[in-house]
Amino acid sequence: MSTVTAPERSVRRVAFSQTLSRWDVKVSPYLYISPFFILFAITGLFPLVYTAWVSVHEWNLIGGQGDFVGFDNFAFVLSNPPFWIALRNTFSIFLISAVPQIILALLIAAVLDRNLRAKTFWRMGVLLPYVVAPVAVTLIFSNMFGDQYGLINNLLGDLGIDPIGWHSEVLPSHIAIATMVNFRWTGYTALILLAGMQAIPRDYYEAAMIDGAGTVRQFFSITIPQLRPTLIFVIVTSTIGGLQIFDEPRLYDTAGQGGASSQWMTITIYLYNLGWGQLNFGRAAAVAWLLFLIIVIVGLLNVVITRSIARAS
Amino acid sequence: MLSRRTTASAAIAGAAAVALIATGCSTATDPGAEGGDITLTVATFNDFGYTDELFAQYEAENPGITIVHNRAATSNEARDNFFTKLGAGSGLADIEAVEVDWFAEMMQYSDRLADLSDPAVADRWVDWKTAAATDADGRLVAYGTDIGPQAVCYRADLFEAAGLPTDRDEVAALLEGDWDRYFEVGQQYVDASGAAWFDAAGAIYQGMINQVEYAYEEADGTVIATENPEVKQIYTEVLTASESLSAHLAQWSDDWFAGLSNGAFATMLCPGWMLGVISGNAPDVTGWDVANVFPGGGGNWGGSYLTVPAQGQNIEEAKKLAAWLTAPEQQMSAFAAAGTFPSQVEAYESTELQEATNEYFNGAPVGQILIERSQAIEVAPFKSVKYFPINDALQRALTRVDVDGTDTIDSSWELFVADVNAL
Repeated sequence: MSTVTAPERSVRRVAFSQTLSRWDVKVSPYLYISPFFILFAITGLFPLVYTAWVSVHEWNLIGGQGDFVGFDNFAFVLSNPPFWIALRNTFSIFLISAVPQIILALLIAAVLDRNLRAKTFWRMGVLLPYVVAPVAVTLIFSNMFGDQYGLINNLLGDLGIDPIGWHSEVLPSHIAIATMVNFRWTGYTALILLAGMQAIPRDYYEAAMIDGAGTVRQFFSITIPQLRPTLIFVIVTSTIGGLQIFDEPRLYDTAGQGGASSQWMTITIYLYNLGWGQLNFGRAAAVAWLLFLIIVIVGLLNVVITRSIARAS
Repeated sequence: MLSRRTTASAAIAGAAAVALIATGCSTATDPGAEGGDITLTVATFNDFGYTDELFAQYEAENPGITIVHNRAATSNEARDNFFTKLGAGSGLADIEAVEVDWFAEMMQYSDRLADLSDPAVADRWVDWKTAAATDADGRLVAYGTDIGPQAVCYRADLFEAAGLPTDRDEVAALLEGDWDRYFEVGQQYVDASGAAWFDAAGAIYQGMINQVEYAYEEADGTVIATENPEVKQIYTEVLTASESLSAHLAQWSDDWFAGLSNGAFATMLCPGWMLGVISGNAPDVTGWDVANVFPGGGGNWGGSYLTVPAQGQNIEEAKKLAAWLTAPEQQMSAFAAAGTFPSQVEAYESTELQEATNEYFNGAPVGQILIERSQAIEVAPFKSVKYFPINDALQRALTRVDVDGTDTIDSSWELFVADVNAL
């Protein structure tokens, strides 16, 4: 009997500890990564869902929740010309800033990737504009881009060129804002691309050199294709950042509303004006959700396009 | 195996304990509950002229009180902060400064502010200042700080070059009359000098619309801005005149600040607080002067209030401090520090104010001029909930024509109507 009961007991004990260790294997990894998802649910997912809830109600900043209005807020926003103007401005500023920025950053990174004297000095140097507070950048630039007494228009005047309406006209104002964005972010993007470039095995370049490929050929045939994952990352993050642009256009003039005829009013400024200007949170929440959807769509498009381009080359 | 499990569960238990302690703590503490020392926070914006010495004086006179002063850069910033925290129900300072521009918006929520009425401060302010701060239930929810009686600032050196009189009394006599007179003299100046007469259509419009009692809204809050013939007429009149008279500079833009010192325009409408803006931004110009005159009678532009939010912990102490800060003596020291003109009846009788001069404006007797200008104010414009956004939309309409040149008078008006309808 004792020989029977003893194994029985030990089997039962083994079985329990086995169950535990099976749980351990199955559950523990999820427990270990759960802090991120719990945090995300609280700080990311909840606001997202709550914003959706707000967007289908009448909602005042102070009065709080009002009547349920369904999609009225969305209908109002979509039928309101300022929203479409804001959308146009946002994409225009985004394209004018992101495209030259990534090209310029690629070139800078390529140069920094070479054997330079005082490498760290140059690498730190390109990051310097990023350290400058956006408020300071905008102060300096909006002074430079003054319509009547700005530095740039004065220089143009000396050359005999008519002054440009940096604040009054649509495209010039977008260019001025894109300049501020690029001033701040080009160096930052360049450093990320540089990090990607550093990971490319040097053997490729040596082999290419032996085959007689020049610097330009190396850049297009080795650097760019090898940089694909980093490029996708940079393009996606700059898309998200670019479509949410706020600081620079808001500080471009003192009123902060994007110009008298909304020349440089972006979606986030429109959202801000609805929420904190008119205290209408229902409409502001609707704009926030529309912006979210736009970013998701453009982000997906980006990935598809970048992938196919990289694959083709 | 066992040890790993124990560590994991210990960690979870530990985290839960920390969370419990954290939540426990936040309910347990109650600042200011223990007797004696009280910290009062005061939130203002721009420059109210409240110096550290002023607060130190109050602290010395009232032992146990410590004052913390938070200053926001702009009134817009203060407005965002005010409404966000008023909505949240916590986080506001014990005393919050409020500007007239968004005062009506705030008055909708007057039940969230402490009642400040007190026999000790009755009749302290000019009538219309008190009336605006009294809500439908007769509660006084804000103490007036400054007001903005307007005069005309002018460049004496530019006037001389254009053959106009330079003495401030002669200039006052020259400009005496209605707005047509002001534009007429302006045309003379422009013809003689080739430069601009005033800074921006928006500024002149502000001066004119502040003389209309019911511009955008009727007494019951009905919006009439787009149908009111008076608004359309002033709008058209200003833009027609500014075609030849305006320097086409958007107020507060970098160009406008540059224009203050480089003689881009010869005159400006000048509320008391504007004197500090001019002398601060054009320190090297010696020609600025101020004349005791305002087209079409008197006019008020701006001015602020102090409120005590009901969510505060130390309402009684905050009320005392707010009353002290808006008392005549303290308003006088604010006037000396930042040029903010007192809203107190009694302050106007003080010899200190009557004899105040401003060296920058060629020693002009600014105290006397502004007292007379404030007495000339006849109309307090009715500003209801939508006043601020409507006026803002109209200013943009003016800018489109006057500064940007992207619209005609008519097309810009149509956009304004669309803006108002979308509110």
